Amino acid sequence: MPTVKKEPIWIARALSKCSGCRKCEIACSLTHEKRVWPEASRIRVFMLVPGLEFPHLCAQCEDYPCVQACPVKALSINKKTGAVIVRKKTCTACGKCIDACPGRIPHMHPTEKYAVICDLCKGDPQCVKVCQEGRWNVLTKVTRRDQPYKLYARTPEELTRDLAAKMYGEQGEEYL
Amino acid sequence: MMLGYAGKFLEVNLTTGNIKDTKLDEAVLKDYVGGRGLATKILWDRLGNKWEEISPLGSENVLLFLTGPLTGYFPGGRICVSGKSPQSNGVVGSTVGGEFGVELRCAGYDGIIVTGESKKPVYLFIKDSDAEIRDASHIWGKDAKQTVKILTKECRELLKKRFPRYGEWKEPALLYVGPAGENKVRTAVVAAKWTHAAGYGGYGAVMGSKKLKAIAVKGTGPLPEVANIKKVKRLIQLVCDNAYDNELWRRWGTGGGGYATGAKTSSEPVRNWQDEWHDEKSYGVDKFENRVWIKQYWSDFGCPTCCLKVAMVKTGKFKGAITDNPDYELQAYLGPNLGIFTPEENVFLASLIDDLGLCGIQTGNVLGFAAELFQRGILTKKDLDGIELKWGDTEAFGALAKKIAFREGIGDLLAEGTYRAALKIGKMKNVDVLQYAVQAKGISIGAHGIRSEKDYPDKIAYVCSVQGGDHTSTAELPLDGSGSELWEIFNDSGVYCNFNSFGVKRNVKLNLYKAVTGLELTTEEWVKTKAFRILQLQRAMLLLGGPDLKWNPNTDDANPPRFYEPLPSGPYKGKVADRVKVEESKKKYYEEAGWDDNGIPTSETLGKLGLEDVDKALDKLRH
Repeated sequence: MPTVKKEPIWIARALSKCSGCRKCEIACSLTHEKRVWPEASRIRVFMLVPGLEFPHLCAQCEDYPCVQACPVKALSINKKTGAVIVRKKTCTACGKCIDACPGRIPHMHPTEKYAVICDLCKGDPQCVKVCQEGRWNVLTKVTRRDQPYKLYARTPEELTRDLAAKMYGEQGEEYL
Repeated sequence: MMLGYAGKFLEVNLTTGNIKDTKLDEAVLKDYVGGRGLATKILWDRLGNKWEEISPLGSENVLLFLTGPLTGYFPGGRICVSGKSPQSNGVVGSTVGGEFGVELRCAGYDGIIVTGESKKPVYLFIKDSDAEIRDASHIWGKDAKQTVKILTKECRELLKKRFPRYGEWKEPALLYVGPAGENKVRTAVVAAKWTHAAGYGGYGAVMGSKKLKAIAVKGTGPLPEVANIKKVKRLIQLVCDNAYDNELWRRWGTGGGGYATGAKTSSEPVRNWQDEWHDEKSYGVDKFENRVWIKQYWSDFGCPTCCLKVAMVKTGKFKGAITDNPDYELQAYLGPNLGIFTPEENVFLASLIDDLGLCGIQTGNVLGFAAELFQRGILTKKDLDGIELKWGDTEAFGALAKKIAFREGIGDLLAEGTYRAALKIGKMKNVDVLQYAVQAKGISIGAHGIRSEKDYPDKIAYVCSVQGGDHTSTAELPLDGSGSELWEIFNDSGVYCNFNSFGVKRNVKLNLYKAVTGLELTTEEWVKTKAFRILQLQRAMLLLGGPDLKWNPNTDDANPPRFYEPLPSGPYKGKVADRVKVEESKKKYYEEAGWDDNGIPTSETLGKLGLEDVDKALDKLRH
């Protein structure tokens, strides 16, 4: 195994290329839950309209509003990777991080009492690996710089609307 | 509890509104696996003693939606839909791609068993172990895209209301019928997305007969626990690597066939199979890729291949038409089979067929059949309610497809499917039109001909299959070989996409079955016992048939007459199926399958497999 250099990273995303294969969900849940468990995956592929599939995952906003909103300090930022880390034991599943997130990206673990948020796999994101391996290249690991990452925290509805315009043009409105 | 299985089935009685969990014996799951195999067993156990009297479109029919232990693990998720078929009057294991099987297993169910029939249109909404029957009057009559839109929104709102702090809810997976299913058209599909379709078998009509518009399922649990997750991961990787090594297969899917199956192998239906060759470069895969495919790699759960594409027409008369692919089958049947050779016209018809909830293969088949009768002057413009059904007239075919979906005028007759329509038209016109019907035992022949001998189906592929013309389940000798129908039964019973199994050795499939369930399964055991038993059961119910039709193996285990007409053009001009060789192979197949000279499973065959009750039921068919 090559050693992974620990530096803040970001997962660049080309949403309109997503095939909807959900291999990222499989890889993520196998890593974090040791099971194939799509709803417990930290990355989830939405398909509110067929053909407009896209992965929904933490964008690591520059100002981390979720971390600030947590009333019990269950969320922290990993300095090495830039990821948001959820302290499972502290989290009360109150949902304030979801409301604070401009993209409403976190969601509750289906059976446990804590929110799930992408932890960037300690700098070696498994979702990126499977996406690259299949040459979809929707997800690409990049070094984190001073960029407006927060733009990429959008709600599933908004992303669907945007992708509908790109894919189906004006007709896309009919399917929303 | 068995590894690889969720451990229970949801049973819904639409007459009484009763919903309950049902368990099946482990021994049954071990023998019949899931999907197609299990459907055969459930149907036999519940309806076997009165099979011939059961109307496929009546309340007594049992409609099944079954996963298998490999669903979600073997790349390419599918679900198997079954019941007594309104096409073959037997059992068809009709699978459709999509997320439904995975969601269902994550909800804790291996399958859904639907009995009875509702008085009012309903849909079933399942969230993990909670299931409810909901009113569907507001979506009854809606086309595919509208149905998906309304149900996705409605179900997400329900989830949000019930679980306000969960976060954003992903859409539930849907299976549904369009207007054609509601109107009990025999070529209606059970659809997923927009629209993948379980077409063979005609189970859209069965859903419609039960007034079941749709099923929505959201499962939040993991896939069932497996015996050896490390081994499962390794085998999944092997299947994926096999796909990644085949880039053109991924890039084109089956969409290369619209041109190549005509030009290269001469086995594509052209004008209702009057020919199987064309060299229309306007129909090249490059034309589809460059003109209409707006998403070239489109997948269902876990799929590395992405044979699916999203196509949209952006210019001209058919602007705005959207469909998936069309894949080769729809390219062929809604293209050259109707004398159509441009991607735009093909996408328009496929999109319309999707919206109406029709099967592109079998509706394309009946449209081509009608057009040939028009060409021959047997059906007139008046018979066709004023439609001039000329080859290549896309709008005319579209108009007729609508009539079929709504059973209007001539559409009511053609909605019975090619075989039944041929019987009726034959009587009406006093002409034998069965000679133009390209089908086997009520099921249209898939778009792969046998005359050139350059395509994969063998001369008895459709003659001896227990699923008639279904091109995804073809018969081949030897019965214990890798191309045999017994391995299609494996795919359809494990319930995953056979397209990801091309080039994957049988051992890999069996090893994955073992890694998931912890159960040993050898090739020998599969072909000599388990799959062999499923085959016999399917064969028995196909031959019992009824109530409106019965098959006689002597006359109905046959190729369509068209295959005995020489190919009129192309590099294989003059090639034709050889009756003597077909009969020889058929005889050999009967022997290997343990059937008597009349094609009926023998008492010895059935006895060895523990199917004594089946043997007894078949007594009345024996001469």
